[in-house]
Amino acid sequence: MRKTLMLIALVAILPVACGRPADQGQAGDSSSRKVIQNKGSDTLVNVAQAWAEAYKEVNPEVAVAVSGGGSGTGISAMINGTVDLANASRKMKDKELEQARANGHDPLEHVVGFDALAVFVHPDNPMDAISLAQLAEIYGEGGTAAKWSDLGVQVPGCDSDEIVVVSRQNNSGTYVYFQEAVLGKQRDFRLGTRDMHGSKDVVDLVEHTPCAIGYSGLAYAGEHVKMPCISSPDGADCVAPSVATAVDGTYPIARPLFMYTSGEPQGIVKDYLDWVLSDVGQCIIVEKGYAPAKPVSCGGDAAAEAPAEDAEGEMTEGETTESSEADSADPQG
Amino acid sequence: MSHSADRRDAAWWVDRAVQSLVFVGGISGILFIIGIFIFISKEGYGFIVSTLDFGEFFASPRWRPTSSHNPTYGALALIAGTASVTGLAMIVAVPFSLGAAIYIGEFATGKTREYLKVLVEMLAAIPSVVWGFIGLSIMNPLIIELFNVPVGLNVLNSGIILGLMAAPIMTTLAEDALKAVPDTYREAAEALGATRWQVIFRVVLPAAKNGLVAAILLGVGRGFGETMAVLMASGHSINLPTSPFDSVRALTATIAAELGETAAGSEHYQALFTLGIFLFIVTFVINLTADLVVRGVRKQRP
Repeated sequence: MRKTLMLIALVAILPVACGRPADQGQAGDSSSRKVIQNKGSDTLVNVAQAWAEAYKEVNPEVAVAVSGGGSGTGISAMINGTVDLANASRKMKDKELEQARANGHDPLEHVVGFDALAVFVHPDNPMDAISLAQLAEIYGEGGTAAKWSDLGVQVPGCDSDEIVVVSRQNNSGTYVYFQEAVLGKQRDFRLGTRDMHGSKDVVDLVEHTPCAIGYSGLAYAGEHVKMPCISSPDGADCVAPSVATAVDGTYPIARPLFMYTSGEPQGIVKDYLDWVLSDVGQCIIVEKGYAPAKPVSCGGDAAAEAPAEDAEGEMTEGETTESSEADSADPQG
Repeated sequence: MSHSADRRDAAWWVDRAVQSLVFVGGISGILFIIGIFIFISKEGYGFIVSTLDFGEFFASPRWRPTSSHNPTYGALALIAGTASVTGLAMIVAVPFSLGAAIYIGEFATGKTREYLKVLVEMLAAIPSVVWGFIGLSIMNPLIIELFNVPVGLNVLNSGIILGLMAAPIMTTLAEDALKAVPDTYREAAEALGATRWQVIFRVVLPAAKNGLVAAILLGVGRGFGETMAVLMASGHSINLPTSPFDSVRALTATIAAELGETAAGSEHYQALFTLGIFLFIVTFVINLTADLVVRGVRKQRP
């Protein structure tokens, strides 16, 4: 008899337990707050979060839900129609645009800022400058640089002399941009690169590995990694990655950062995007270490407005992170 | 109390309801496995039929699904990655789990035995992401320090982690196999003057052979399918490993890292499902073999 009772109790509980998630969903829908879904580029995720945070005060009625995962994530979410704004650190490919249109979305591109792609090495690595050709030999398929001595560098603490090549997972916008800008469209990455799942992981691994070299957006640079400047093939001038050199176009591997909307943005999405592109929004992206989409002046720290004119010449010696930051901030100070 | 047609009272209905509930529960396993197979086959089918080159898939290490000019889908390096990590895991797990099973099953008595059994089962309940974290933050610097290699995320790291993960379940299964050997065998051997070790090595282990093989095979299946710990500890690098210090990338880790970022229905998406189909078939065959081996045991003994 007790068993029967327990069974009846179980049967009675089942529908209740199953019904619960649906109830919660309804409660969420009926709330008065409107939500903008914003997803994509790992490079942009920090600044996207800062925007979302600041926008709460501009319009408390609207909540912006931000998540990262990589440009590929954002773009596939745009294709599948699950986001309002997709962040990307690369342009959508023709194939992806076709797929989106086939699903009834017409992605529209908005440039929200620029990012310098920095190359990182361990602080003990004596290399101060690297050329795009050298990078291509390190990263490219069939490249000739597998050991640091191939580049004429001896790295203390790296006994094996092997270059530990750190890259990104193959759907990252940073990965795709690096391939296009450094290797060229016709050349693939070599096999055997360590494919990290986020910009931060790249910096972490390089920080702890004397043999390593990696790349990611400048904003992820930490104090414990060194950023060699990128030299022209003859080694004459060498440009250090900075907001200023990304804005004036002298840094060779800087790229635009995009937000995609499905068709012309409307309603709350339009308001939000307009705000992102306003001076207030653009000052937030500058604050986070990126270059703005258009010249802005942000009280006192107008690094982007007036790029340091002397930056190019001085960077040739290959400076550490701290001093290059100081350089770009000084002229305005 | 006669069996009459009018007996359709509450108890009869409850009986009926419970019967059908239990029936649904019983066959749900079959339904789920068929459903899953149909789902992953459907997603990967288009790719297998139109684009997949079997020679490339099994013989080329070039996994470059997002290449803009020439995407290639070679899974050899991924298969080698999974196989090398699982192989090393078994080298670690087999002695540990057999030793633990023999101690728990044959030597330990009373409270010791009970405590050990509970502890081994608790070990099996540690989430894989925690194991991955151990690989990343403890094993990685340790391997760099001990072997003077540039990066500690490699076959050795993930093999050890995976071995420790698979050991508890293998211990439990192996111990069950030892327990299934009738005590009369042991008594007969002891009556003939065999020592404790001779009894175990010459009598109990051979008698439990099939169950032990099944335990190891299920461990292999576990290793093949494990994702999170391998993703975190293996270095995630497409490589045909030539030493335990090479970083590799596993099939499961590739699916986990890339699937979230592909557009549904794209070639890359379908290629990942093809990897899934391959994994499914391999683990299915391993588990089936283990099951058949155990069945062999039951048939032998009436």
